[in-house]
Amino acid sequence: MALFAIPKVLQGPEELNVEGPKVIKTFEIFGLKINFTETVVLEWIVMAVILLGAFLLTRNLKVRKVSKRQAIAEMAVEAITNLVRDTMGKRWLWFTPYIATVFCFSIFGSLISLLGVRAVTSDFSVLLCWAAITFLLITVTKIRYGGVKGYLKGFVDPIPVMLPINILSEVSTPTAMALRHFGNIAGGSIIMGLIYYGLANLSRIIHLQVPVLTVGIPAFLSLYFDLFSDFMQAFIFIMLTMVFISNAGPADDETPQTN
Amino acid sequence: MEMSEAIVLAGSAIGAGLAMIAGIGPGIGEGYAVGKACEAIARQPEASGAVTRTMFVGCAVAESTGIYGLIIALLLIFLKPFT
Repeated sequence: MALFAIPKVLQGPEELNVEGPKVIKTFEIFGLKINFTETVVLEWIVMAVILLGAFLLTRNLKVRKVSKRQAIAEMAVEAITNLVRDTMGKRWLWFTPYIATVFCFSIFGSLISLLGVRAVTSDFSVLLCWAAITFLLITVTKIRYGGVKGYLKGFVDPIPVMLPINILSEVSTPTAMALRHFGNIAGGSIIMGLIYYGLANLSRIIHLQVPVLTVGIPAFLSLYFDLFSDFMQAFIFIMLTMVFISNAGPADDETPQTN
Repeated sequence: MEMSEAIVLAGSAIGAGLAMIAGIGPGIGEGYAVGKACEAIARQPEASGAVTRTMFVGCAVAESTGIYGLIIALLLIFLKPFT
């Protein structure tokens, strides 16, 4: 018998729910149902945070006597530029802003789950959208360097019998990219949910009023499932984007630099 | 709960477990890739950046079959498409 009532929030999860993002409002445009979900709101928050960070880091830039803020900004820009140069080659350097944007969006979109809300990247439609942009860029690059005829010819490359296989491999590229990112983040959040649920139940079994077991132990797992996996997936997403796009064009004539 | 629904739920749970057998392949493949990357870095420490980057991309590609299995398992457990 407890001496005082313990608030519901502190008692730990009592059941495990896995649901998609909450639908706030549903629009109907031309017979198409469009859901305005939680993810859209969170995406706008993430965008505002990135915009604010970029704005604050790039005010009063100087050539001499750089401030600490400017040094941080320069370090970040240099790191991502070097990554793009090493992976894609010098002629693709104009891709850097897009790659940096996707990287920031992916990291902040995943890390927002640390605040207790749903991660933006655990919604499949977000990842599918990014992968669709990559697919578009690959296709545009192929057409730009090979012409429409060359692009269509690529589908029947060695022999015409390969046509279905080539189409399949073309479509599976963005699908696999989206599924990989989604599976990692969503799977990680479900595993963390299971761990919290299990530890709360365990402490209920040994008659602890407050689930003390959920303090501390999940932090180490969260280090992997939330922090490491988020950074890794963002990195892998941009790496694959860069590799696929630069493979779509002809090989760089100068040898790629290695650091 | 009706008998048929119970059977479907049990089948979904067993199917989810079986789907995660797909985790074996990526495990072996990634272990092999990381082992080779360690050997390469030991032989040529100055190329560690390039080797690590290539290894991560390779691991990510090898991982995708495991992720497909995971997604099938999640769908079977939480969405229950057959009930």
